Amino acid sequence: MEMTIMGKYQTLVIRPDSELDQHAAEKIRVGADKLLRKTGLKNVAFDMRRVRFMDSSGIGVIMGRYRTVCAIGGNVAVFGMSPYVERLISMSGIREIVIIAERLQDALEEVAGIC
Amino acid sequence: MLNNSMKVEFSAITENERFARGVAAAFVVGLDPTVDELSEIKTAISEAVTNAIIHGYEGRGGKILMEGVIYDGCVEFSVSDEGVGISDIRRAREPLYTGKPEDERSGMGFTIMETFMDSLDVESERGGGTRVTMTKKIGRVSP
Repeated sequence: MEMTIMGKYQTLVIRPDSELDQHAAEKIRVGADKLLRKTGLKNVAFDMRRVRFMDSSGIGVIMGRYRTVCAIGGNVAVFGMSPYVERLISMSGIREIVIIAERLQDALEEVAGIC
Repeated sequence: MLNNSMKVEFSAITENERFARGVAAAFVVGLDPTVDELSEIKTAISEAVTNAIIHGYEGRGGKILMEGVIYDGCVEFSVSDEGVGISDIRRAREPLYTGKPEDERSGMGFTIMETFMDSLDVESERGGGTRVTMTKKIGRVSP
């Protein structure tokens, strides 16, 4: 998992590895919340381009970050999903609360509200 | 028609989620599943194993037994634990219900198992562990 701070967009970009299960989700949760607290960033963008496998733990970790940043007026975006990941996301209903984008740039502009 | 069976026991730790779905995928490969069918099976197994680790054993560890049977182009998997059990199975199966909201569980586990497999049976009693049995017909859509 990699995390990148995009200061211009007040956004933390989280890039999970290929298998997003409970084991990986727990590491993302701990790492991301620590960084969000430390930096005061408002938004989160999930870069799903590497994700080949995901289960409901992946949905849980996205929902959880939404709760964290929603409280401080931030947004969550998800981009670069495979059709399979997109199917799981659609089943969960989180499309209603997070921004779905195709590319990094679209995701960044949308979470930061500059489009 | 190929008939086969397998049984594997492993520790209830999240590191083994990947192991469990890898074993399940390798087991069904002889049925020549599609990429989607394989993903569905792996996801359903991952949900069942995660439930056993987090809800069954509440993260304290234990043993999980995974069994698989192949017959007539169908695969049946069961995932069993000897954990705390589910007191209200009907409620646990409702979409978005989670027994552990503080742990960021999405409440989608049983819904995903039901959607991705053809049948799902949950046997559980308080203090007596849980056994989840799922079946799926492979290769329904022939090329």
